[in-house]
Amino acid sequence: MASVCFYFQVHQPYRLRHYTIFDETADYFDGFKNAQICRKVADKCYLPTNRLLLDLINEYEGRFKVAFSITGVVLEQLGEYAPDALASFQDLAKTGCVEFLAETYHHTLSFLFSPGEFASQVRAHKRLIHDTFGQTPRVFRNTELIYNNSLAQAVERLGGFDAILSEGADHILGYRSPNYVYRPPNTRHVKLLLKNYRLSDDIAFRFSNRDWSEWPLRADKFAHWINAVNGNGYVVNLFVDYETFGEHQWEETGIFEFLRHLPGEILKHPDTDFKTPSEAAAAYEAVDTIDVPCFISWADVERDLSAWLGNPMQHNAITELYNLEGLVKSSNDPDLLTDWRRLQTSDHFYYMCTKWFADGDVHKYFNPYDSPYDSYINFMNVLDHLRCRCTASTADSGKELAAAAAP
Amino acid sequence: MSITSLMLGWEFPPLISGGLGTACHGLTKAMSRRGMRVTFVLPRHKPMHFAEMGDDVGVASVKGMRNVRVRPVESSLRAYGRFGPKPIHPVSAAIEAELSDEPAGGPTPYGPSLEQEVFRYAQRVMRIAERERFDVIHAHDWMTFPAGIAVAACSRKPLIVQVHSTEFDRTGEHVNQFVYDIERQGMHAATRVITVSNYTRNIVITRYAVPPEKVEVVYNGVDPSAWSRTTPRPPWPASGDRNVLFVGRITMQKGPEYFLYAAKKVLEKLPNVRFIMAGDGDRLHGIIELAAWLGIGHRVRFTRFLPSQEVQRAYRMADLYVMPSVSEPFGIAPLEALLNDVPILISKQSGLAETFRHALKVDFWDTLEMANKIVAVLRHKVLAQSLLANGQAEARRFRWEDSAAKVNDIYQRVLNVA
Repeated sequence: MASVCFYFQVHQPYRLRHYTIFDETADYFDGFKNAQICRKVADKCYLPTNRLLLDLINEYEGRFKVAFSITGVVLEQLGEYAPDALASFQDLAKTGCVEFLAETYHHTLSFLFSPGEFASQVRAHKRLIHDTFGQTPRVFRNTELIYNNSLAQAVERLGGFDAILSEGADHILGYRSPNYVYRPPNTRHVKLLLKNYRLSDDIAFRFSNRDWSEWPLRADKFAHWINAVNGNGYVVNLFVDYETFGEHQWEETGIFEFLRHLPGEILKHPDTDFKTPSEAAAAYEAVDTIDVPCFISWADVERDLSAWLGNPMQHNAITELYNLEGLVKSSNDPDLLTDWRRLQTSDHFYYMCTKWFADGDVHKYFNPYDSPYDSYINFMNVLDHLRCRCTASTADSGKELAAAAAP
Repeated sequence: MSITSLMLGWEFPPLISGGLGTACHGLTKAMSRRGMRVTFVLPRHKPMHFAEMGDDVGVASVKGMRNVRVRPVESSLRAYGRFGPKPIHPVSAAIEAELSDEPAGGPTPYGPSLEQEVFRYAQRVMRIAERERFDVIHAHDWMTFPAGIAVAACSRKPLIVQVHSTEFDRTGEHVNQFVYDIERQGMHAATRVITVSNYTRNIVITRYAVPPEKVEVVYNGVDPSAWSRTTPRPPWPASGDRNVLFVGRITMQKGPEYFLYAAKKVLEKLPNVRFIMAGDGDRLHGIIELAAWLGIGHRVRFTRFLPSQEVQRAYRMADLYVMPSVSEPFGIAPLEALLNDVPILISKQSGLAETFRHALKVDFWDTLEMANKIVAVLRHKVLAQSLLANGQAEARRFRWEDSAAKVNDIYQRVLNVA
């Protein structure tokens, strides 16, 4: 028996507006651009793909299943800018064939900088998923599949989770295959599902590449590769950005036709089925312990943190941001807290990446800035203003306290 | 077969007053290293001594440039005409007399005798060319174009003109028709036009109606050996004044007023910043007045024109180099700033901005954004250090050897077709 486990990542950051040192208002985010992008992605990807998935789920009567991890910040934005897309996700939830995963509400690197903040973001996200989709997540995935041993232990301590998803990076697996279920060291029951990056990237990155020897990729060929796992693996974890469908791979590439025919082709094989991450974790025993002392992620060829923390500007910006935690929280100002959390979204640091800057690369596609330097300057200007608000608001509450204490 | 180029160029050390001279010298040196032969026709104001040259009046060979012969031609022409600094070396009595004929100032930067001088120069170059053997003529910027056209017509050798700047860069829309006509004639008479950037290539195509297939880009380089690093840069100062540097001719083209408008805004945020403006030019007095009028005169230093050792001292003090040019065909000076450990902010209206990544870039007119970025560099050490480390690595990739190789390639193609 082999199972296919699909998980789609859905995320859009609150992009910052152009913010100079001379700006003095607390409107940091580019409402117009964010609305525009949400609308565009909803029309090109979320709506058509959700419709297709709904059709497939109905057609195969419960035998086709998928999972989503949808960040809090994209759910907020969809609610505001594309409520039809939000409703279509809710329709999928009602089928019972779709699992929703937990992650940090704001798609952040908080685990690396503030364990307390990490825990509150995971709790907030769980609540939001419950309120929006009527189910409580049992599987956790950290931002960009960033993972190590201590994350697994921390997630187990948070409680309520059966499994964690991460990247099946070669350097942690060694000779082992990503197509089994594993367990982290020093944990009791939480299991580990690792991305099969070869097959996942065939869809996410190589699908439309005409220089690829396997182009054009059709559903029957892909199903053949999946079925080959039978006998030497339990579960093929296909973890991809949801925007792959219609946004990174345009409709003209045939990506929707591929997806339409894939379940049928895969289910033709009597020993292959679809499972959600929870089902996969419940169905299969862990075969081995995977030791991950250093952080891994699903980004770039390095599969490490260098896309977000690869240069001094990124380190500086994020350290300064988390240094404000105490001030922000003691201000008791909910707007300030929300802004501070939206600034934690990992995309802001991704924009400052200089790794691929010289070659121009996929990073450029996702980047609203002309250069990593511009992104750093903009972020630091916003942070500077946020810091001033913190001190002003602490001074205010000090005054109020003094006023209250006065007879 | 090694190709010999009759190069109609400008300025050899120590008399280098700007990018045109730097480019001619850097390119010629690299061509010599590749084994390309160059006969370099150099305008000079007698008597003149060149650091790297023998004193022979007729033909001089240059130290370190085995394949280059210099043929001086007596002329009062200077690389930047009236836009440039005054010659450091005294000119001979005869040329002095010609110079004094030129009216001082006036509405146009070029006097009538400059026009005459361009043609006198052409006649003298013709006489030199009669006694020289060469395969191609390579003329740098408009003042040499009439000479290039004339020599090409007599010798039936192909003419290549290289455009380091156009009249539109220098004057905006207040184009001197005489200069424009010469530029246009030169470009159309030439077999190939070399521009120093795509930015300039577009101007050449759209404003001078040159067929696009004739125009090729050869980026400039920068010579790290010209900037020997003797003293290490002082460490990031904890406090005290910070210095922002402008180096260039104080002319409309270089955008000095935008630098001052930005300075005014920077000082609203950071009071302890000094703005150093190194250069001379026809706008100098106006710019000094502007600084006073903006109320920031005490924060702006005018050093006038600085020779290269002095420029290096200015770099040692600087925290940021700003090139606010209104129209800059390339921009060698920012690369030199990087080699001297200074991060750079350059205008998007420049050739360098189209190809260089590790620099801050702004539209020259967007002085608010210019100030925003200046403040950011001065406040965030990490930003300055990242710009510098990455920028230096990138600057070192602009090698004159690569420019020379492209020029050689163009020569080959021109001669094979001819």
